[in-house]
Amino acid sequence: MAAEKTVTITDSTGVHARPATVLVNKAGSFSSDVTVEYNGKSVNLKSIMGVMSLGIPKDAKIKLVAKGSDEQEAIDAIYDVIKQEGLGE
Amino acid sequence: MSTITGIAASSGVAIAKAYKLATPDLSFEKKKVDDAEAEVKRLNEALEVSKKELEIIKENARKTLGDEHAEIFSAHLLVLGDPELVNPIQDKIKTDLVNAESALDETANMFIDMFKAMDNEYMRERAADIQDVTKRVMAHLLNVSFPDPALIDEEVVVIAEDLTPSDTAQLNKQFVKGFTTNIGGRTSHSAIMARSLEIPAVVGTKTITEDVKENDIVIVDGIDGQVIVNPSNEEITQYEQKQADFEKQKEIWAQLKDEPTVSSDGSHVELVANIGTPDDVAGIINNGGEGVGLYRTEFLYMGKSELPTEDEQFEAYKSVLEQMGDKPVVVRTLDIGGDKELSYLDLPKEMNPFLGFRAIRLCLERDDIFRVQLRALLRASTYGNLKIMFPMIATLDEFREAKGLLLEEKENLQNDGVTVSDDIEVGIMVEIPSTAVIARQFAKEVDFFSIGTNDLIQYTMAADRMNERVSYLYQPYHPAILNLVNNVIEAAHAEGKWAGMCGEMAGDSIAIPILLGLGLDEFSMSATSILPARTQIKDLSKEELATYKEQLLSMSTASEVEAFVREKTNQ
Repeated sequence: MAAEKTVTITDSTGVHARPATVLVNKAGSFSSDVTVEYNGKSVNLKSIMGVMSLGIPKDAKIKLVAKGSDEQEAIDAIYDVIKQEGLGE
Repeated sequence: MSTITGIAASSGVAIAKAYKLATPDLSFEKKKVDDAEAEVKRLNEALEVSKKELEIIKENARKTLGDEHAEIFSAHLLVLGDPELVNPIQDKIKTDLVNAESALDETANMFIDMFKAMDNEYMRERAADIQDVTKRVMAHLLNVSFPDPALIDEEVVVIAEDLTPSDTAQLNKQFVKGFTTNIGGRTSHSAIMARSLEIPAVVGTKTITEDVKENDIVIVDGIDGQVIVNPSNEEITQYEQKQADFEKQKEIWAQLKDEPTVSSDGSHVELVANIGTPDDVAGIINNGGEGVGLYRTEFLYMGKSELPTEDEQFEAYKSVLEQMGDKPVVVRTLDIGGDKELSYLDLPKEMNPFLGFRAIRLCLERDDIFRVQLRALLRASTYGNLKIMFPMIATLDEFREAKGLLLEEKENLQNDGVTVSDDIEVGIMVEIPSTAVIARQFAKEVDFFSIGTNDLIQYTMAADRMNERVSYLYQPYHPAILNLVNNVIEAAHAEGKWAGMCGEMAGDSIAIPILLGLGLDEFSMSATSILPARTQIKDLSKEELATYKEQLLSMSTASEVEAFVREKTNQ
């Protein structure tokens, strides 16, 4: 089992440094493995370089996947951050 | 001991230990190791020390440069803790049995190459972030220190190739007693900042980073443009005396702090200051400035990842206007492009940036950016005595178009019920010779002129002021410049308008008597030049200087002008 969520990026500059920092910090606070998929590539959401290497632009659809003991909480919390940051929906 | 001559950029004398703000030698040898665990431990320790330093740098950046800039260091910290970076380095040490230096270097380079190869400018810049942080870790592995202005915690003289705006913003006056750089001139950013911070500085020494070793004792003589490395005891005593004399001189100047600027025959001129941020206003007040003659708004746009919002700008303008009370504040609209780049605007590189797409040229094409600034200014206008000027105006059409946009935004705001002052004077910078030549036509439509001499000189003499090989052509006293300046002043007065000057020339002790005689109304300079200038003007007779006008304007060379002024004013 794994928790998943698909999100559309609405921020005009895509996932740039500041929100990427917030997402990575948030993912890092959970014990589950968290990944983000975009354009056929999947990277560790706890890695700032992984996230930035995806170069996620505006209007991109990304998939968040968490596996582990707190997977659902992790997905919910990360989704909340995305909305709070005005990054996507 | 040795003495190095540079350009005196900011007055005063500083004596302290050298702190070299330069990347240390980070070369290393790739070596095999026997004890991988010990090597991993060494790596982890270097990572920890680097993180601690970055925390300090981040906090300092938050205080001096704002939250947004501090976020860059948050990203740096995350890179240092990134499992995708750290794990491969540790693995490499364990499987290849190589030293931490080479494992770090190879892994980091792999990521740097990957980011550099991306087709997105922003991502390519992130390669530089990874480079920055790995350099710091590398330094700790090699047991050398990796300097940063935020890490200075004792009295020093900073030695650097050059200082960037973010370097100077982070300099703590409590510890940084002075600085000296290889490159730069009187008008370069570092020099302007030194005067605004009121710390002694000598720039343009060409070789200071080679001449000075870490912990050498250095004297920076910002009065005569000399740097003395490892001085003798006698020299230290001599310069301590010079320092004390300078402090005494400052006290004498300070007596005129609350006095108006009046010549010996009773003519009043206005001495105002150039600023870059609201924080600089304190310096004007301490130095008895009669207003702001040039508020450079570029700093609001620089060192950021996106354009400043209307509210952000409004707060900055309002702060300056409120602090200055009823004194005039001349704000120059955005002068960006050319040599001053904004990474987020993605402007193409140009062959001749100083002759290219910059300042008002950019603002008129990108009116989406320009209108935001105009609205912020208009909203702030009710908080003080605001005057607006447009930079790099070459034609009357440009001025009319820019003013048209201003009036449009004023009407939009008023329709939305926002109060806007009705007494905002709108003027132009005179930096382009064509504008100086037909100043008479401009004077009918503008409310004032402010002559920007740094650019006017480089355009008139066709000499790039960043190019040291043609720096001999930077001649403020050249008769061609004096004739243009005179033309602008006469044109303004013929229409009942005023003419000011912002640029280094306005605070220069040779230029001041000339400009006073030509009838200049407003002199805008570094805050620290105001009191010396007021002291000088007190002893000058405007009437007498005016009688030299025709003679000066018909001279043939700058040196002739200078010799004449020196003789007449006993300098």
